[in-house]
Amino acid sequence: MATIETTRREFLIGTGALVVTFSLTPGREPHALAQTTGKAKPVALDQVDSFLAVHKDGTVTMYTGKVDLGTGTRIALPQMVAEELDIALDKIKLVEGDTALTPDQGPTWGSLSIQIGGVQLRQAAATARQMLVQMAVQKLGMPSADLAIKDGVIFVRAEPHRRVSYVELIGDRSFDLKVDKDAPLKNPKDHTVVGQPVPRPDVPGKVTGTHTYMQDFRVPGMLHARVIRPPAIGATLETVDESSIKGIKGARVVRQQSFLAVVAESEWAAVKAARQLKATWSKWEGLPEMSKLWEHVRSTKVAKDDVAVDRGDPKKAIAGAAKTLKATYDFAIHTHGSMGPACAVADVKGDTAEIWSPSQASHWLRREVAVVLQMDAKGIRIRYLDGAGCYGRNGHEDATCDAALISKLTGKPVRVQWMREDEHGWDPKGPPTLVEISAGLDAQGNIVGWDSELWVPQADITEWPRTLAATFAGIPQKEAINPGNIHRNLDPSYPFANQKAVAHRLESTPLRPSWIRTPGRMQNTYANEVFIDECAAVAGVDPVEYRLRYLTDPRGIAVLRAAANMAKWETRPSARRDQSGPIARGRGFAYVKYENARTYCAGVAEVEVNRQTGAIRCTRFYVAHDCGQIINPDGVRAQIEGQVIQTVSRTLKEELKWNRSRVTSVDWASYPILRFPEVPEVIMELINRPNDPPWGVGEPAACLPPPAISNAVFDAIGVRLRSVPFTPAKVVAATKTTGARA
Amino acid sequence: MATLNVNGKPHQVDVEPDTPLLYVLRDNLGLHGPKFGCGLAQCGSCSVLIDGKAVRSCTYAVGKVGPGKIVTLEGLGTPQKPHPVQQAFIEEQAAQCGYCINGMVIQTTAFLAARQSNPSEREIRQALQNNLCRCGTHQRIIAAVKRAAALMGKGA
Ligand code: FES
Ligand code: FES
Repeated sequence: MATIETTRREFLIGTGALVVTFSLTPGREPHALAQTTGKAKPVALDQVDSFLAVHKDGTVTMYTGKVDLGTGTRIALPQMVAEELDIALDKIKLVEGDTALTPDQGPTWGSLSIQIGGVQLRQAAATARQMLVQMAVQKLGMPSADLAIKDGVIFVRAEPHRRVSYVELIGDRSFDLKVDKDAPLKNPKDHTVVGQPVPRPDVPGKVTGTHTYMQDFRVPGMLHARVIRPPAIGATLETVDESSIKGIKGARVVRQQSFLAVVAESEWAAVKAARQLKATWSKWEGLPEMSKLWEHVRSTKVAKDDVAVDRGDPKKAIAGAAKTLKATYDFAIHTHGSMGPACAVADVKGDTAEIWSPSQASHWLRREVAVVLQMDAKGIRIRYLDGAGCYGRNGHEDATCDAALISKLTGKPVRVQWMREDEHGWDPKGPPTLVEISAGLDAQGNIVGWDSELWVPQADITEWPRTLAATFAGIPQKEAINPGNIHRNLDPSYPFANQKAVAHRLESTPLRPSWIRTPGRMQNTYANEVFIDECAAVAGVDPVEYRLRYLTDPRGIAVLRAAANMAKWETRPSARRDQSGPIARGRGFAYVKYENARTYCAGVAEVEVNRQTGAIRCTRFYVAHDCGQIINPDGVRAQIEGQVIQTVSRTLKEELKWNRSRVTSVDWASYPILRFPEVPEVIMELINRPNDPPWGVGEPAACLPPPAISNAVFDAIGVRLRSVPFTPAKVVAATKTTGARA
Repeated sequence: MATLNVNGKPHQVDVEPDTPLLYVLRDNLGLHGPKFGCGLAQCGSCSVLIDGKAVRSCTYAVGKVGPGKIVTLEGLGTPQKPHPVQQAFIEEQAAQCGYCINGMVIQTTAFLAARQSNPSEREIRQALQNNLCRCGTHQRIIAAVKRAAALMGKGA
């Protein structure tokens, strides 16, 4: 069995190397703890040993179920532990996403790696530190108040030569200790590692080709596989002509019911065989017509209604208002669009399976693979390796299940590499989202009632989407739908006196859904923040001032003002009407308190709109951001830059296309994304609150671009865009119906 | 049997001539710099230098290479001794998942080698317009190209 650890010390001297060590049987891991006790390493969430091990050589291994998806947690999480444990950062080794060694801290999703995963690790470190200090009190015969710690050595403050190290106290032994939720944390004013922009350890390897990605991983005797998907999503396999690949060296067909694949010793042979193989499939045309998507969504059976907020009597307030407004916002189906198609390696032997996967959710995936292999999950071990960024549940999990099934069917270790059309065509999608909002304004333009409805698929939030492998191979599985927590932020981030927000949870949705960065929260914020802008325009009030009428939360107000200041926001109502010529410029605002529970952010988009062609260019995007305590400011910046640019792409360009049988956006030509000349400059201000809990960073700011850009376009040309993506054709069409205003 | 000159060394490989160079580099020579992203010459992840020019190895048949000198990301530099372009990417922390970064570094290397003066931001954006990044690392990549130009002493 191979254990893969990313070794901090080596990273920090710049090799970027992965240390691959081997042991022979389960329970004999190359980890000191397991070696000395002979027991399997604990992984329970309430045990210190699940998270941390101090070794004789003075290094500390930390174990986490959260994985670095290119997001920088590979440095941020160790910073939290190094700080709390008072050890040097370069003494830490990190094991991520190994189901045999790491605690199940939940999938790496929802902007929770630091907020939940890191906080669990930090509390384990604080508990360990508390115990080590108590041991030192015994050993040194001094009260804890007279002791200090530096780099893993506890010493008497007045007589520093009286000292004892962590290694002497606990090296290679287990803590046998429950995590103490009350173990005191260090005072943030004493932080020296948390809050620092420490460079990421994996960047040198990624930039020089020495970092091992999932796609680079090989095991001896491994076959290369390619999966062959039907030409229609619901088609069944009728015939396979195995002779059609006879000329390709070593290539053969693997089949279980409608699950079809080819394997070969050489990768190129597998690719050629997959292209050349002749098979016939049944006809299937079960998808709704793309041009009638929103009618389809509205007519889908509602499984249940979820009420996000219900306060006062909005219906009555709106009925009695001086002015009323109503608008509908739709948001297209998006694909994750990972730069590298999914890949995985599986080695299934009898009732055990060794699996390497880039999945965001090793522990979940283990249960999924168990379903596909019809095997006890106990025999399955999944180890994480970096793939291309996934931004949610993309094709990684399906490709992993494909590899597991093909390995089982061939009896060999198998590497599955999806092709581009597999990833674009078959990864689960961000579902179509429709929001309708009504409001009533009083004579001063104040919102007196707000009533919103959302149409989205139902969610079985603790279940994974059905896997392609099980579906095609006819393996029984739960038919769950899970698009993530997409109802969050339906209730606007302003405490209106009368407001209601209801999510109609639909029984089905056209394409298999999952979560894509900022699921639902992006779509809901888009609708809310455009709609409040519409209200401000009707009221004839500046959009920032209008929001300040309602906002009472001081942290919300602080980010709002910071964004406006940074962008040199000019106080006036939108739209501006002082421009002529083909290019019109505008600015738009957006604000959100993420899930109305955590990270605050506000953004300003600056756009140029070509009135003739309808092309929009977002030239600049400002973000003010308060995620509480900042662990690594450079990591926060990278995440904000990334999510703004990615979401500008989604907002302006992206729309998955399909016909009655299948997805037709199958590559970068049929699913264009933002390119370098179109990328906005991202400017930001981070508000650090070291005494507050650290909140999520990877998703919240992605709420901002869709509404801020829509509002900026309105500012520029007086036209409201209520349908993402904001393609040139939609701008031209909306200009015609609204009547372009100069 | 083909002979390839890769990162300054000759290699004999026993592959069919229609095999895309990418598979030969990755599977036969064990190089991990060039990545499989699309196989369609659309994204740039698989880029390598052939005689100093950036080439998309996913659609470049190995039989076409001939005596051309191939340089991959590994051939430019190492973590200990990075090429100036790599050094600039490290200093700017210009990678998230990093899957596109091979293409970015290779394209930048070819672009900067072909010019005397410092490129403008506009020129940099143009030079990279056919390289895709999904993580949104563009801003740092642009900064890294500027930094690389400075490290390489390109005049104004
Ligand atoms: S993999 Fe060659 S261009 Fe995308
Ligand atoms: S860094 Fe992930 S695709 Fe560019």
